[in-house]
Amino acid sequence: MYKITCDVAVIGAGPAGLAAAAAAKEQGAEKVLIIERDTALGGILQQCVHPGFGLSLFKEELTGPEYAGRFIEKVEQAGIETLLDTMVLEVRQDGMIYCTNSHYGITMVKAKSVVLAMGCREKTRGNIQIPGTRPAGIYTAGSAQRMVNRQNEMVGKKVVILGSGDIGMIMARRLTLEGARVVAVVEVMDYLAGLIRNRVQCLDDFGIPLLLSHTVTRIVGNQRVEGVYVAKVDQNRMPIPNTEEFFDCDTLLLSVGLIPENELSRAAKIEMDNVTNGPVVNQYMQTSAPRLFACGNVVHVNDLVDNVSTESMLAGKNAAKYAMGQLPLSKRVVVCQPGENVRYLCPQKIAVSNEAENITVYFRVKQPQKETALKVSCEERLLFEKRLPRVNPGEMQHICVPATSLSGKTLTVDAEKRN
Amino acid sequence: MRSTDVLVIGAGAVGCSIARELTKYQVRVLVVEKKEDVGGDASKANSAIIHTGYDASPDTLESQLVVAANPMYDKLTKDLDVPFSRIGGILPAITQEQYQKLPTLKEKAFKNRVYDVEYLSGKELLKMEPNLNPETKAGLYIPRESIIDPFLLVVGYAENAQQNGADFLLGTEVTGMHVEQGKITVVETTAGEISCKWVINAAGLHCDEIAAMVGKNDYTVNPRKGQFYVLDKNTSCKVEHIILPIPTKVTKGKLMCPTIHGNMLVGPTAEDLSDKEDRSTDAAGLKSVAEDVRHLIPNVNLRDTITQYSGLRPNRNPEGLHVDTYEDLTNYVNLSGVRSTGLTASASLGKYVAQTLLKLGMSAEMNPDFNPVRKGIVRFRELTREQQDEMIRKDPLYGRVICRCETITEGEIVSAIHSPIPARSMDAVKRRVRAGLGRCQGGFCGPRVLEILARELGVSAEEINKNDKGSYMITGKVR
Repeated sequence: MYKITCDVAVIGAGPAGLAAAAAAKEQGAEKVLIIERDTALGGILQQCVHPGFGLSLFKEELTGPEYAGRFIEKVEQAGIETLLDTMVLEVRQDGMIYCTNSHYGITMVKAKSVVLAMGCREKTRGNIQIPGTRPAGIYTAGSAQRMVNRQNEMVGKKVVILGSGDIGMIMARRLTLEGARVVAVVEVMDYLAGLIRNRVQCLDDFGIPLLLSHTVTRIVGNQRVEGVYVAKVDQNRMPIPNTEEFFDCDTLLLSVGLIPENELSRAAKIEMDNVTNGPVVNQYMQTSAPRLFACGNVVHVNDLVDNVSTESMLAGKNAAKYAMGQLPLSKRVVVCQPGENVRYLCPQKIAVSNEAENITVYFRVKQPQKETALKVSCEERLLFEKRLPRVNPGEMQHICVPATSLSGKTLTVDAEKRN
Repeated sequence: MRSTDVLVIGAGAVGCSIARELTKYQVRVLVVEKKEDVGGDASKANSAIIHTGYDASPDTLESQLVVAANPMYDKLTKDLDVPFSRIGGILPAITQEQYQKLPTLKEKAFKNRVYDVEYLSGKELLKMEPNLNPETKAGLYIPRESIIDPFLLVVGYAENAQQNGADFLLGTEVTGMHVEQGKITVVETTAGEISCKWVINAAGLHCDEIAAMVGKNDYTVNPRKGQFYVLDKNTSCKVEHIILPIPTKVTKGKLMCPTIHGNMLVGPTAEDLSDKEDRSTDAAGLKSVAEDVRHLIPNVNLRDTITQYSGLRPNRNPEGLHVDTYEDLTNYVNLSGVRSTGLTASASLGKYVAQTLLKLGMSAEMNPDFNPVRKGIVRFRELTREQQDEMIRKDPLYGRVICRCETITEGEIVSAIHSPIPARSMDAVKRRVRAGLGRCQGGFCGPRVLEILARELGVSAEEINKNDKGSYMITGKVR
């Protein structure tokens, strides 16, 4: 069995892994190793050939491969080692990683700290239980994106897209540009799931209809998809009888949500958050297993890659500090609690130490809301209030809290409706 | 014209088992199947259980075949390298009415000569199966109720039959039969005419259509749909036994059990249909599964579902499992009514049908070279790290994991494509090695499996189907 030792091992070379590895090296970790299952660095960004990345981090508009390229260059220049075409089979709390590739066979990596950056996967037809037959021609939007952009394969000619997630809207445009007809984008909620700019640039500009409060109720076709039934839904997202309409199509794409890919984390028995489906982390992006850090979509699904990079740099930096024995010792823990109309907070815990630091807490709201008063409190004490003209579940928000202000045991964020 | 001694129509579990059994004799065997792969119909969509026959109607051929088949599976699955486990079944009585039915059920088991059924108290059952309804009063424990990989059972039968000399014509539909002087002489197929000495109708759902070609359609096949949920291996509420409801007069009811690969299976419905092609699931059917199973396992978490499917039981009207021979058609065996218990009965039906042919005059000379052992594809995920390492050294393709949910390597996929009954479609690969059967349902590995299939078969990706003709995966190249 092939054996490697390193200071920081990063699992995954998508935007999260690349940023974490670069930051770990910059922080002074001597040997940083990235383990990636694909044959190249970059992760899903490699198939995101559209522009729109990097606006907040680089103040310019890049394509996915260009954005990844910025970090790949850093990683290569810093002398970070990579194991490509390698699948991690097991991660242990003691920093031992088992992985496999064709070249070295089963490889044991012993790391002082590990960054989990495996990203997420797409929800499937099975997850959301769409009734009907099981023909060819049903793809998740991301799979279709890989096939079109990396394998040069057209998935279909007449397409219905279920879900107004960003990848779905981007694929609506992509398939239209490639000569397919996108019949409609169907969204079960009464609001858009993805970013508004994507609706404008990917749907409106191409005259693709968006049907809010609708869903696919049945898939038809024995061999290949022959069509789908679409119905209006009520407030409980249940199809309204007699509103079913048949849409002729040969392909159904699904953009109905992402699930953090945490099979390795669960097998390592670290504490998980039932709302985000990711590991519980503190402000250092450290999980309940002190050696294991996590970042990016493995922790919570982000809408902008720039946020992933920022958060992952933090994880990489702190994983390096841990490996070098420099991570501040925690004196006590503050638990972050989602309040009114807040779905989750990330990090879920704050390790209060002697260091004065500003802590960024990310969150998503449950329901879209105009005129919102954002109230941040420590136990019963209001720390500050912030006014927001509009909040949306599709758009992640954040607040900054000075660690020195956290005298209590809990931090709560409420997104109240202003009167 | 192609010729054979025995022509078997249908390559489901039963047809393939018959073919394998016949290769023990010195006869030429040819199996024709209209689908593109073996086991592509009822044998792929069922509850994957090897029954004991405890609840069959006593003194029927079905009871006889199922009860006889169950003990065969220890050796059979070892010989054919098919995952199989005797996890046992539990029938919990939750209501007073159910409790009162237990003695009758036990008596029925005894009538079927299933003597190892035991009464257990509610306390004992809850200890064995903590997720059972806590109100369970008592129940029956049926130790030999077992689970199997149904896909690999069919592939195992078929590949072993082929290694021992049987031929398979897949994607070939029987269109007619010539009868001369009380014997079928030639079978017409979409791949040409085939002359043969004996014909076995093991066409499952379509056996009545085949029977009609020789005027033996004194029955019809009435498909009975069963809808199932498959749950994630990591679902919050699992069971370790086959949890069966106490049957009512109307139905055997909906069960929950582990699959041999660690998922949870919940279902099925029982809906009589007229359409033999209707394999769709529907919201009402799935809802009824959810409601009924909650009586048995209150905490079952159906939000952890990774897929839902439905299968069609080839139910017969009038009911009952039949193996018929005819005085006026002396070289023809007609199987019908091979329904839910058909997967189990496949093992004994193979022998029963071979014996029937001997009675009809088939030569009993044995094949001295028959080898009962078939070696399956190495299951990388089941090896120790050391064995995995060794495997990769022998064949580096085993070092590359393609399906991350089920940990399936490129080596396994390539082996499936070049196996004795080759996998030529996405579903054929999936059924042989599980690539795409996991929680992401092929979202990650699907595009990769498509590339591997095209590469290994030397065709373009456009020619690769999901399963049958017309189920194309892509419509062409990006312009």
